[in-house]
Amino acid sequence: MPAQGDQLVHDIAQKVARTSYGKLIAFLAKQTRDVAGAEDALSEAFAAALADWPQKGVPDNPEAWLMAVAKRKIIDAARRRRSGEASADHLQLMAEELEAMTSKVRTIPDERLALMFACAHPAIDPGIRSPLILQTVLGLDAADIGSAFLVTPAAMGQRLARAKNKIKVAGIPFRVPDRAELGERLDAVLEAIYAAYTKGWNDPSNVQNNLAGEAIWLGRLIVELLPREAEALGLLALMLFLQSRRGARRSLGGEFVPLSDQDPLLWDGEMIDEAERLLRRAGEMGVIGRYQLEAAIQSAHAALRVAGATDWEAIVELYKGLYKITVSQVVAINLAVALSEAKGPEAGLAALPELSANPELMEFQPDWAARAALLSRVELFGEAAEAYGMAIGLESDPPVQNFLLTQLSKVNSRMQ
Amino acid sequence: MQYLLLINSEEGGWEKMTKAEQEQGMAAYTAYGQALKSAGAYVGSDRLQPSSTASTVRVKDGKTKVLNGPYAESKEQLAGYYLIEAKDIDAAITWAAKCPGAHHGVMEVRPVWPM
Repeated sequence: MPAQGDQLVHDIAQKVARTSYGKLIAFLAKQTRDVAGAEDALSEAFAAALADWPQKGVPDNPEAWLMAVAKRKIIDAARRRRSGEASADHLQLMAEELEAMTSKVRTIPDERLALMFACAHPAIDPGIRSPLILQTVLGLDAADIGSAFLVTPAAMGQRLARAKNKIKVAGIPFRVPDRAELGERLDAVLEAIYAAYTKGWNDPSNVQNNLAGEAIWLGRLIVELLPREAEALGLLALMLFLQSRRGARRSLGGEFVPLSDQDPLLWDGEMIDEAERLLRRAGEMGVIGRYQLEAAIQSAHAALRVAGATDWEAIVELYKGLYKITVSQVVAINLAVALSEAKGPEAGLAALPELSANPELMEFQPDWAARAALLSRVELFGEAAEAYGMAIGLESDPPVQNFLLTQLSKVNSRMQ
Repeated sequence: MQYLLLINSEEGGWEKMTKAEQEQGMAAYTAYGQALKSAGAYVGSDRLQPSSTASTVRVKDGKTKVLNGPYAESKEQLAGYYLIEAKDIDAAITWAAKCPGAHHGVMEVRPVWPM
């Protein structure tokens, strides 16, 4: 039954790829600083496994087998380059070091954290950090990443290649920064992971990419490797709180359901409980930060499930704290919405950021949607209709667009 | 690895300084060079004459074209450099941050192509 055997081998290889890909890349790339070279070598090793394992059986330690083959491929590549490139001696030396290192190693040390810190190094363009982590740690390809980040596969591939080249040529180290630097550098890693999550969150229909799930996986990895970092715990809690509402964000007919209309019974209680535990653990570290505050806000929303009401006063205070840290206009909008729930729509409208002082908000859909909702609540229907028009024009997700169109027609009918 | 630390600073700043400030500036650079040397990181360095003394040269169709002035007209101009040996970019950035040029100008850190 060769077909069945092939399928089995394929499944095993896929499972190993899932759990070991980033570990193998991180270990190989740390020795050579050559991420692209490590990726090429590992993909050749996986190809060799698919050819070899059906005949000779799956090795006892597939990870070690792949590592040995990938290591040989890297050394071969270094030898091939020897005549072509002046720095070949250096490469040869690295190849020998790699051989010496890996031959001693029984279990492969986990260098994924060091790899993530290299990808989110301050010398790497902030916009490419998240895609770089997704590719190197999870093995996602440029086409999938590109589609999530709204960039063509070719352009994304080029940008990723440029960043990998910079890691190699500029000498970006693969290490976890010292205590003194860790906070700031960890922020960059967490930001990259959260960027991946929000890409997935904004595109809930794209199950195939499932970037949100991948980002949570990375969040779990960070918490496992840095169990005492409050903000890493906070980020994982935040993502789990948001993810718990995944099933409630669309009706059975695929229509957008805003948070205020969601059925709390459709939220994932287990995920919420886990998020609460993580947030409590983060609180015990005594270091407050952006992600813990955002998670606390989501926790307050999640309380609706058991308390039957939302404590908007508490949410207002949390947003105020968050605004102090971030000075973000997006936070200011959320604060205004929370204020409108706690103190009435007039208070919310008064707290919305001035558009003239923040021209970038002119193209920010959530600002217009929030503005429109508040304007319609104070019965300024003409202005509300205009704001809904702006929000609809800026939205690209059809279910959200439809929701906004429904709101607009309600406002229009009130005007007559 | 070797890195070139390029000092880019506003020109004319030096002339505007008092004698005492100039002496202080010189002392800061001397101390920085000493620190690089005692750490074994120093490879070379030079201070450059102002960009008004620069000429650009290119050869087109076999003819040499010379123009007065620096390659790029900008407020900050290349004023000098340090060539250093460092284990990675973090070490090079740490050295760049210690250079007086990081305070009165902007440092550019460039890895050297290994030959």
